[in-house]
Amino acid sequence: MKIGILAVQGDFEAHAAMLQRLGAETAEVRTPAQLEGCDGLILPGGESTTQLQFLQEEGLADAIEKFAKQGGAIFGTCAGAILLATEVKNPKQDSLKLLDMTVLRNAYGRQIASDVVSGPTKLKSEPLEMVFIRGPIIERSGPGVKVLAEYAGKPALVQRDQIMAATFHPELTDDTTVHEHFLGLAAAGVSQAAGSAKS
Amino acid sequence: MDAKKADGRSNGTKGSNEWRVKVGLAEMLKGGVIMDVTNAEQAKIAEKAGACAVMALERVPSDIRKEGGVARMASIKVIREIMATVTIPVMAKVRIGHFAEAEVLEALEVDFIDESEVLTPADEENHIWKHDYRVPFVCGARNLGEALRRIAEGAAMIRTKGEAGSGNVVEAVRHMRAIVSQMKKLTTMRDDELMHEAKELGAPLELIRQIAKTGKLPVPNFSAGGIATPADAALVRRLGAEAVFVGSGIFKSSDPETRAKAVVKAATHFEDAKAVLEAHEELGEAMRGLDVRQMEEKDMLSTRGW
Repeated sequence: MKIGILAVQGDFEAHAAMLQRLGAETAEVRTPAQLEGCDGLILPGGESTTQLQFLQEEGLADAIEKFAKQGGAIFGTCAGAILLATEVKNPKQDSLKLLDMTVLRNAYGRQIASDVVSGPTKLKSEPLEMVFIRGPIIERSGPGVKVLAEYAGKPALVQRDQIMAATFHPELTDDTTVHEHFLGLAAAGVSQAAGSAKS
Repeated sequence: MDAKKADGRSNGTKGSNEWRVKVGLAEMLKGGVIMDVTNAEQAKIAEKAGACAVMALERVPSDIRKEGGVARMASIKVIREIMATVTIPVMAKVRIGHFAEAEVLEALEVDFIDESEVLTPADEENHIWKHDYRVPFVCGARNLGEALRRIAEGAAMIRTKGEAGSGNVVEAVRHMRAIVSQMKKLTTMRDDELMHEAKELGAPLELIRQIAKTGKLPVPNFSAGGIATPADAALVRRLGAEAVFVGSGIFKSSDPETRAKAVVKAATHFEDAKAVLEAHEELGEAMRGLDVRQMEEKDMLSTRGW
């Protein structure tokens, strides 16, 4: 299974290291052509303003929307979650609008408020360790969006169908739970595509 | 939030956590361009061009070089205005060893502090003990020994010193090549050779042993000092820099907005010559550079600190 990682700016290498530990093949995605042949796509942390500019000006936004429409699994962390949201505030910002939620940027404050915390998750019985770095807050999640983990009463990991978003950075921990879950979504998409090809 | 009282100096239980969030922010800046700005208007231009962070300072290095005098931490009013104007991280510089300036910037809540040779050093022997702060630090280095000394003091990001304000990339190239080749050498050495190498480099053995295993710095490794064109950015990225600082190169050129955007594009697509070509197409005149070989030792900024 091959997972593309958007590599225009941000912590794409940390995601690659995590996925390689789990035995997945990874590919850095900087152009629409590099997305072809990927079974899943990660939108990493970084600066959403910088990333958005590359997406909008180099045809990547259209390619990612098409990828999502075809059932490709997508996982956005922090800046990536901001890009996926249908609505971005603080300040208002354009986005890919692939996941029905409202996100507040830099909602905990500046870097000095960044921290490592833990919160309850549906993915395992123990609490999930979460690294927040100038993180956003999911202020509202739409109907049909599942909350898979929470921190301080707010959704921190959400999923609808094959699209998933985290306001924290599972790629900066040693815990592979969240990435394993994402690889499961990508694999389900692959087997579904294979099924529909047969029928 | 009073960070120090909360856990910064309590030998605290959160030590490792702090380190991870400090290096974590540096990770988030990878692949991007950090631009020097002297006011809110320039910061806005930088953000709009796709900078992943801005560095607030009073004068860009080429002006510091020209005007002389003592270069200090920027005015708080200017830094505040910049922080209020952009949503990307705001960094600011302190003089080498000036921990009181660093405490002021931490109280101001800037996102990153650069203990920088571009400002006039406050201490000719000691750098700041950076583990004491919750705000992450970046420091310059000319070689691996210097990089590891700074990391041992708590720097969460290393950048080449290059020769700031020169518009000449030669020193940044020299420093990046030195760091990368010294790391490569460590990976080929036997365990019993590493102590001698630690002594030669003047660096802690523990870090030397770690690099002998991984072949890379334990913190992100960026490049700065003399980068003036998109091709300069691509060059240092190809040599191993994980992101790029541009100082005087943008706002001392004839076309800051276009150039800022072009450098951002080249820093991302550094392996794609066609994209770097496109980045160059629209450009006007770059800043006028200095021949580093004609410079006197006393005028070199990169020899400050050790």
